[in-house]
Amino acid sequence: MIDRRLLIHFDWTLLGIVLLIASIGILNLYSGGPNGETSGTPIYLKQMLWLGIGLGVMLMIAFIEYRYYADIAYIVFAVALLLLILVFGFGIITSGARRWFKFGSFSFQPSEFVKIALIMALAKFFQRPPDREGYSLKQLFLPFLFLCVPIVLILKQPDLGTAIILALIFFSVLLFVKIRWSSLFLLIGAGGIFVPLVWGLLKEYQKKRIITFFNPELDPLGAGYHLIQSKIAIGSGGILGKGFMKGTQCKLGFLPEQHTDFIFSALGEEWGLIGCLIVIGLYLGLILWGLRIAIQSKDRFGAVLSFGVVSMLFWHIFINIGMVMGMMPVVGIPLPLLSYGGSFLLSTLMGIGLLLNLSMRRFLF
Amino acid sequence: MELNSHRMEDFRGRYRYIKAFAGLAFFLLFIDLWYLQVFKGSEFRRLSENNRIRIREQIADRGMLLDRRDRILAQNRPSFEVFLVPEDLKANPEVVGKVGEMLNLSREEMDQKLKGLKRRPAFRPIKIKSDIDWNRLALLESNRVHLPGLLVDVRPRRSYPYGHLASHLIGYLGEIDENELREVKEGIYRMGAFVGKYGVESQWEGDLRGTDGGRQIEVDALGREIKHLRSVESFPGNNVILTIDLDLQEAAEEAFQDKNGSLIAMDPRTGKVLAMVSKPSFDPSVFARTISPEEWKDLTDHPSHPLQNKGLQGQFPPGSVFKIVTAIAGLETGAITPETILTCTGAYPYGNRSFRCWKEKGHGPINLHRAIVESCDIFFYQVGLKVGVDAIAHYAGELGLGKKTGISLPHEKSGVVPSSAWKKKRYGIPWYSGETLSFAVGQGYLNTTPLHLAQLISTIANGGKIYLPQVVERVEDIYGVRVREYPPVEMRRANISERTLRIVREGLMGVVNEPHGTGWGCALKQAKVAGKTGTAQVIRMAADFKRGDMNRLPMKYRDHAWFVAFAPYEDPQIAVAVLVEHGGFGAVAAVPIARKVIETFLNLPPSSPEKATQEPEESVYD
Repeated sequence: MIDRRLLIHFDWTLLGIVLLIASIGILNLYSGGPNGETSGTPIYLKQMLWLGIGLGVMLMIAFIEYRYYADIAYIVFAVALLLLILVFGFGIITSGARRWFKFGSFSFQPSEFVKIALIMALAKFFQRPPDREGYSLKQLFLPFLFLCVPIVLILKQPDLGTAIILALIFFSVLLFVKIRWSSLFLLIGAGGIFVPLVWGLLKEYQKKRIITFFNPELDPLGAGYHLIQSKIAIGSGGILGKGFMKGTQCKLGFLPEQHTDFIFSALGEEWGLIGCLIVIGLYLGLILWGLRIAIQSKDRFGAVLSFGVVSMLFWHIFINIGMVMGMMPVVGIPLPLLSYGGSFLLSTLMGIGLLLNLSMRRFLF
Repeated sequence: MELNSHRMEDFRGRYRYIKAFAGLAFFLLFIDLWYLQVFKGSEFRRLSENNRIRIREQIADRGMLLDRRDRILAQNRPSFEVFLVPEDLKANPEVVGKVGEMLNLSREEMDQKLKGLKRRPAFRPIKIKSDIDWNRLALLESNRVHLPGLLVDVRPRRSYPYGHLASHLIGYLGEIDENELREVKEGIYRMGAFVGKYGVESQWEGDLRGTDGGRQIEVDALGREIKHLRSVESFPGNNVILTIDLDLQEAAEEAFQDKNGSLIAMDPRTGKVLAMVSKPSFDPSVFARTISPEEWKDLTDHPSHPLQNKGLQGQFPPGSVFKIVTAIAGLETGAITPETILTCTGAYPYGNRSFRCWKEKGHGPINLHRAIVESCDIFFYQVGLKVGVDAIAHYAGELGLGKKTGISLPHEKSGVVPSSAWKKKRYGIPWYSGETLSFAVGQGYLNTTPLHLAQLISTIANGGKIYLPQVVERVEDIYGVRVREYPPVEMRRANISERTLRIVREGLMGVVNEPHGTGWGCALKQAKVAGKTGTAQVIRMAADFKRGDMNRLPMKYRDHAWFVAFAPYEDPQIAVAVLVEHGGFGAVAAVPIARKVIETFLNLPPSSPEKATQEPEESVYD
């Protein structure tokens, strides 16, 4: 069933980069994760289990002929939306948000899979090329619907981080597939009118929350405090870092999400500038390699699909690292392959699986 | 597939720009990393040693509780609290012993406190002792330089100037528990925060709480503050003005002396609660610090349940007070008229049992008015049989019994009004007509709270309007601006004719003011009072039991005494329900308490105490 030529063209470089980053991630969780006091399986072991499962799923996705995904794209998207709706009825609440399904000790976050499903649905839609000038606003009605339905559901959970990622993926893809200049300006113009209008309607405390969100220093006891601690952790690593298992700042437990959203501060503290540069370099390599796969795809579906995955990875990486260093607002966006979290690791590896799939089929026509 | 139709060149044109964009983004990340780790590296390294940037909490002042005339019932006072910071103790373990010595705490106690809290960040201060006196404070402060890791902070502590007064209404505070912490929105509360757990303190928590603030500071290697970075001011909570009147409440509490039970006084024109007593009471200030397990056990295991607000959590049969309902059922259904004469011979044989009147000799032929005045049991047995269980149950429901009144206080009980359908559902057996007799005089399955009966007597007094009982008049912010007001809420009107209510009111007036009335102990010269006594059986008496034997019974088997009243008769302004647990007969135990409250409310000089207690042996009425 598996074409021999596929194995010849298998993208070992991509797999290598991914495995390297994931290994650094496990080591980092081993060192920076919560120390002994919490009961149960250490999180680095749980993450290894998820990594194993994820790699299996990734290979499975890689070896199925990708044009088959075009056939089932809308079905996958519908199922993902259904799961999002079901989570309201059957989900469990953690720290005030209803985001998770729980089966025994195994929990699962459907909004993660919506990202992949949205990318598939967009790729399917943009498979048909536009006319010379690009897509018009009228033609974009359906894809807008693809974006808005899950965003409304996810904001209700509430999960601002994932909603932002969905929007960024969507607009990145929009620019990639070429929309009309007139449509683009219209969109920007509409946004320019809409945002101040909504701002005027907001209540004082809502405005204050949004301002604090963009400027955490205004909340010196909450987000602002977490941020300064995160900066101290990264900065105190210096050039060479404090060394593996030698970090102090991140072990104190002042960060609310120290092994998920703020994992990069632990890396910065223990591995210093050198370690961070290696990781950032690997990420850049991953992004550029992914872009090349998108460009070399043999059809539009493949190109949009792989570009969607790359943009998802890019925004996660850029916003997360920017956030822990204080460049970006503090939103709950995890770092691919480094942050702890099964559903997120799985969705990342599913995306990588799609990239591998396209990469090895680029010569097959 | 035609390659041409895919127009891949669109994408290739963008490739360059996208690559450049990604490169630029990563370059920005690199610049920022360089800035943090190289340019500011040494400064951040210094700040990372023993976690130099810390937060000192500033707890908001909790809103005050005031009576209807703005007298303070709950406020805050400063308390000096001692904390240790585990992170700073690592380098100086001897501090634990030294501080322990100064506070008279043994090494074990100290270790216990420091170990007690798990999963807690090491830089978070742990409270060692609260409310230390000035001498200790001076001792600690003067030695502070030698005690790194020590932190003394002044925090607001709840205090209740009148101690036990209205403790059940006011309620108490307690440390927030993990469940509450998980359920409320993030950030409002921190671990160890004190929140309302009972009474108004709990029900108006959202108003009283205020907003905590704090300061972000930099400390030196010994944990001492060296630089103030940023701060957020705390903001005090709103004040809650209660409907109760301090003077009336004090009078009511005193009138109980050492008796247990409950009193609720209400304005029948608005449903506002003027006084709410539950005895025994407790001192809410013991909860404002961390209560010791022994103290807690004493309060919860106490046989008279001091933590229970008996006014709305205690359920008792209403006894003869319920004859008001039976009379209404009789008049409204037309089973009797005010002229109907029924005969009381002292005993009423029914089935294979003999139902007795409290008056052994019997009342002879008697009409409704005199039957209410003298509380004749046999008259009401017969009325009960005439109208039947379900008609009585209907009018009991019409007057608000058997369901919660809806007062904004926690744990209100709904009481029980039995009916034939209720019994079938509950026990699976039909209603026996013999049970109707007990029901008609307020015994048997029937259960009510003192609040129910206060509402019932208010409804009789005001002509059938059922008001929501309320305990809070309004909420004001610290500048005195009204945040919220609680106008009277008329929930519905009892479907009872004005004529019936008038006949019943006349009867109740007779109870207090006519010869042989059971409530004569409440008769006042200056104003007409109307009321009804009642006795709730705790155990069924043997057939040959004599009323006078009650005082020889062990306390826990003695009957509960009831008295409900309103005044002035012509223009009712206060309605009272009094329950004295195991007080024996209503007339003796409960009437003087209601009298005292009504006198105080009407600003009358207190009557001579002899009159209330001086009672002939055989005039012990029900």
